[in-house]
Amino acid sequence: MKEKRQITVRQMQPGQSGTVVQILGGHGPHRGRGHGGYGHGFVDRLHSLGIRPGRRITKVSGMFMWGPVTLQVGRAQVAIGYGMAGRILVEVEGEKL
Amino acid sequence: MRWREKSFDFVLPSDVGEDGRPMGLKRILLMGNPNVGKSVFFSRITGVKVIASNYPGTTVGFTKGSMKLGEEEVEVIDVPGTYTLEATSKAEEVASQMLQDGDLVINVADATNLERNLYLTQELLERQIPVIVALNIWDDTKHKGISIDVAKLEERLGVPVLPTVAVTGQGIKELVDRIPEAISPALPQRTRDERWAAVGDIIEHVQTITHHHHTWLERLQDASIKPLTGLPIAAVVLAASFLVIRFIGEGLIGYVLEPLFENLWAPLMMKLSVALGSSGFWHDMLIGNLFDGEIDFFQSMGVLTTGLFIPLGAVLPYILAFYLILGLLEDVGYLPRLAVLLDNLMHRMGLHGYAIIPTMLGLGCCVPAIMATRILESKRERFIAATLISIAIPCAASQAMIIGLVGAEGGQYVAMVYGTLFVVWLTLGLILNRAVRGFSPELLIEIPPYRRPSWRGVLTKLWMRTYGFLREALPIILLAIFAIGILYHLGVFDAIANFTAPVVSGLFGLPEEGVVAIVVGFLRKDVAIGLLAPLSLSAAQLVVGSVVLTMFLPCIAAFVVLARELGIKGLLMAIGIMLAATVVVGGLLNLVL
Repeated sequence: MKEKRQITVRQMQPGQSGTVVQILGGHGPHRGRGHGGYGHGFVDRLHSLGIRPGRRITKVSGMFMWGPVTLQVGRAQVAIGYGMAGRILVEVEGEKL
Repeated sequence: MRWREKSFDFVLPSDVGEDGRPMGLKRILLMGNPNVGKSVFFSRITGVKVIASNYPGTTVGFTKGSMKLGEEEVEVIDVPGTYTLEATSKAEEVASQMLQDGDLVINVADATNLERNLYLTQELLERQIPVIVALNIWDDTKHKGISIDVAKLEERLGVPVLPTVAVTGQGIKELVDRIPEAISPALPQRTRDERWAAVGDIIEHVQTITHHHHTWLERLQDASIKPLTGLPIAAVVLAASFLVIRFIGEGLIGYVLEPLFENLWAPLMMKLSVALGSSGFWHDMLIGNLFDGEIDFFQSMGVLTTGLFIPLGAVLPYILAFYLILGLLEDVGYLPRLAVLLDNLMHRMGLHGYAIIPTMLGLGCCVPAIMATRILESKRERFIAATLISIAIPCAASQAMIIGLVGAEGGQYVAMVYGTLFVVWLTLGLILNRAVRGFSPELLIEIPPYRRPSWRGVLTKLWMRTYGFLREALPIILLAIFAIGILYHLGVFDAIANFTAPVVSGLFGLPEEGVVAIVVGFLRKDVAIGLLAPLSLSAAQLVVGSVVLTMFLPCIAAFVVLARELGIKGLLMAIGIMLAATVVVGGLLNLVL
């Protein structure tokens, strides 16, 4: 049985697709490669690159050691930092756990 | 920057007629997302050659040119690429400010990525400025399975829309012909979501996408960004680049330039030498010292011997080879992938992966490299990147001389110089990351698709960069050699040499006269490294000398851009770091070797 669930872009598998649900802006606790500075600018910049709620995206690859994540957004590929990848919520289809 | 001096008055109502069409057209702005081909487009309509590459952010300043429109001469400005007018980065800030100074916008859009490109178009349509849209990269739509109804798009947007292929020039004339039809629909100001909704609606009606099979280029694209395949590919690409550059450089020197200088130029100079009486002031200035009655192009130090040989015989071949390979890597679109692969490493140095692009440019020349640090978002990153480049990245001219001089002692010594500089680059980066306040933002870049580079584009760029080297470096090199001759003649260097002996001989283990090279390094690093030749140094001393000369003080051209990009305070800090690093590294190297 399949069901929809929400995960972050970090948790996506390479090759997996999902629909962006929400981008978490603002300053919050962060791990790994998060350096802070996720103000409105970051959400705006993702939006202007086409990463926005409702958009279907595919994870192309993720570098190991908290490295950047490459996404396929429409016809373009966009590389984002690991911190940002943890702040993009996507809805994916997966096996019911 | 000249445009800064202008006042930023909003476009006066008189610039747009009652029907919204342009009046008194004086300044056309080329605007669009990064990496949609604005610069190529700009060259096409103005005839002004500019550097264009396949990665976002090639144009960091702005370029001005002019074109004939009917009888009128109109100014055209190539505005740095921007995704939005909401100024989320420095380039976007510049773009939206320049908008207030223009009379008409040619909105260059990537036809293969219409949805995202139309967002900026929507913003432009809300401004009081006539717009005409160029659907560029039109030739790529077909094999990507994209079909766009241009007439319908034109109707929906309410401004002229024309398909173009800037690289080949297709559609450019038609677009220019319709510039007078550009219009400002002056849509009401909307929110971001409303604009995206409008874009979505348009896309649904004008664009159909048919499934297309992955091409081998797209497969390679994905392989070169996945860690497991990407890192080996990067290693191969970099190693191959290095080998090809050496092969071309050495080939040109060995088979073309050295024979030319030795067999044709040397006999001519020997005749001149005899005519000048084989000694005296003018002989020393023009021909320089003879060794066993022969000219030694590396050591004679005459304006017509060493002065011509360094730029043309030793450095030019490597400049050609380096910029050919760099141009190919740029136009294929490889560099942003390298940025993603190296992002982790670069973050430890307070930078993000994109800093690899200015760094690679620095292997050619420090000046464009330091200017390219503008593609980095924060002041902190720009400072770290520019400082690292000016200290630890040897320019092509220095490298050519290092390979020529140090390489004569054996390849392992050249490897020592490069190895030391790499360690310095890494260590200094780690230190600066801890020492400089602030944080470095994360990577957020668009990865361009691989494109087949056009030979025309690659060769134009190669010519521009080579010509730039000849125009800027050649006079300085000749002047430097001349000045060195005069100062030697007057005995000025002896005084300085005595004064600086403790550092130069005591710390670095170089002969006292080595200071001359260090002083000259401020003018030109290649000449400075050449000055090590007559000192009959041991291999170890050559290694120390090359490293010290590379790290110590930027050459005057680099000095000027550093001051401009970092400000006086930043410049002084960078120079402080530079001096300290040189003393430490030079001293250590002398102890070890």
